[in-house]
Amino acid sequence: MREGAPMQDVVDFLARRWPQLLELAVEHLLLVLTAVVFATLIGVTIGVLVYRSPPLSSLATSVTSTILTIPSLALFALMVVWVGLGDRSAIIALTAYALLPIVRNTVTGLQEVDPAVSESARGMGLSARSRLLRIDLPLAWPVILTGVRVATMLIVSIAAIAAYIGAGGLGNWIFDGLARRGSVVALPLIISGTLGVVLVAFLLDAFFILVNKLTVPKGLQH
Amino acid sequence: MEFMIQLEKLTKRFPGQMAVDEVSMDIPEGEIVVFVGPSGCGKTTTLKMINRLIEPTSGSIFIDGEDVTHMNPDKLRRRIGYVIQQIGLFPHQTIATNIATVPRALKWDKDRIAARVDELLELVGMDPDVYRDRYPKELSGGQNQRIGVARALAADPAVMLMDEPFGAVDPITRERLQSEFLRLQDEVHKTICFVTHDVDEAIKMGDRIAIFGDDHKIQQFDRPETILSNPENEFVEDFLGSGAALKRLHLRRVRDVDLTSWPAASLDEGRDSLRRKLEEAEGYSFLLLVDDRGRPSRWVSSRDLDRSGEDMSDRGLPAAALVEPQGTLHDALDEMITSNVGCAIVVDKQGVYQGVVDIDTVMTAVNTLREELRGRLAVGSWHAVPSEAVEEARS
Ligand SMILES: Nc1ncnc2c1ncn2[C@@H]1O[C@H](COP(=O)(O)OP(=O)(O)OP(=O)(O)O)[C@@H](O)[C@H]1O
Ligand SMILES: [Mg+2]
Repeated sequence: MREGAPMQDVVDFLARRWPQLLELAVEHLLLVLTAVVFATLIGVTIGVLVYRSPPLSSLATSVTSTILTIPSLALFALMVVWVGLGDRSAIIALTAYALLPIVRNTVTGLQEVDPAVSESARGMGLSARSRLLRIDLPLAWPVILTGVRVATMLIVSIAAIAAYIGAGGLGNWIFDGLARRGSVVALPLIISGTLGVVLVAFLLDAFFILVNKLTVPKGLQH
Repeated sequence: MEFMIQLEKLTKRFPGQMAVDEVSMDIPEGEIVVFVGPSGCGKTTTLKMINRLIEPTSGSIFIDGEDVTHMNPDKLRRRIGYVIQQIGLFPHQTIATNIATVPRALKWDKDRIAARVDELLELVGMDPDVYRDRYPKELSGGQNQRIGVARALAADPAVMLMDEPFGAVDPITRERLQSEFLRLQDEVHKTICFVTHDVDEAIKMGDRIAIFGDDHKIQQFDRPETILSNPENEFVEDFLGSGAALKRLHLRRVRDVDLTSWPAASLDEGRDSLRRKLEEAEGYSFLLLVDDRGRPSRWVSSRDLDRSGEDMSDRGLPAAALVEPQGTLHDALDEMITSNVGCAIVVDKQGVYQGVVDIDTVMTAVNTLREELRGRLAVGSWHAVPSEAVEEARS
């Protein structure tokens, strides 16, 4: 056992390989963001379609939460069978995982729009479409955005497992490390990969604070 | 007479719950008709059937002679102003964008909308440069209520529906909003359905009043003075409550009575001149001081004038208790009671002193009102047109 040495190994390793770490981190980030964008488009659409009907709303929430109970390795494996190895499979699976918080928050956000606001919008003759786009969605947006942020945090770590089915990202180092158990680089690989994931999560969180500032209407900020 | 809104046997039955039972009403153009009655009697439901937020079970609605029961509801609603108690301003939009809602839906061009927004802000007494770009949460309740009215007026609809529009503000603000709204109505001449459950508000605001009963039918539909002096049945009588004489004060506007001209002078006139004026004003122990723009500022007595120094701005008593010409004598009496010198000061829109209303003026007005009413009842209520009579005349 080499006392205090593992930390030194990690530092040395990072000093040598940080350009590669950066590359993997960017891949990881893109994987997550792509899935989040799809999940937002799909999740908000589902939310809009179901929020008026309580039974449909609870159906949508239970279906999307069932997805979350599938072990990630199993879902990725299924995707490989249906779609094949690579990023595409990973993005589909990650999108599915990200749906629950987005659907649930879209439904809540839309349901929480002040009835007086909806009534006055209807009473002034705004069409169903303008009410949705100009009134209801902007008012629900802060809640929806919170859902998107939670979804993102959720899939940042799941995305590491996607390396197993040939997708890019920081999971590659973690699985590499796992495969080379016993070698000197095993631990530095795993620790660097993990640190990278934490870093990506941190960056994404900062990104969402910015998005919130930029997209939440001024009248709703406090 | 032109009828802007006609309701014919309008009925709404919710599953297991009657809401409105065969209501018929002819509403002349340019008048305010107040729906009043106990909670649950169907006022809101009737109102919402007019802009089709609720579809009637049976009966029909004509606006400007046109049957609207089969019109595209969105198009119909853009022609009808709608104000509700909770206002429902859009919190994420600026005041200007809120007011522009219907003009935008009607695809007016930008410049026209901007000009209209400023015009409406002026109309409801709010400086466009100050308020245009604010958000609803940055305004007081009373100001938001004014914006609600401005928004409803935006596309200049002929008809306005107002459901307890001043129900959620404090009594003082409410009285002010009522008077302001009446002044505004003098300019815009809309046909208005106005819901309230406050009898005093009904008498003040209504050219006509429709009293709904617990049976969801109309008990009486007539001019306020006729309803007050000649209630149709026991329900109406009970509903109006006691103090009908006092309520009659709602029927006389301040501008309709002769104002007393109280001796007034300017704040910076100099102590000697003020003292001379007060001495000349026999029988008055106070002088009303107005500022350089003619707005009432202080009441001063000879004792206040005896103190040395020329600055009058904090001497004597503040000149509160103001009413505007379109306020009612009831408002004036209210103010009078709280006033320091026992009279209400009348000011115009700009706040400039016009004269005062004192208790004698009020008493005289009550007496003439009583005589007028008696005289009119003797010759039959000629200018009150009950809907059945109109129905007969038309058929
Ligand atoms: N959507 C609805 N479904 C079922 N019943 C309703 C509905 N809306 C109103 N009602 C019932 O219809 C009746 C009339 O209601 P409405 O809201 O018109 O009363 P209102 O005169 O406006 O009363 P308030 O002074 O309390 O506002 C009430 O008994 C009410 O419970
Ligand atoms: Mg009501």
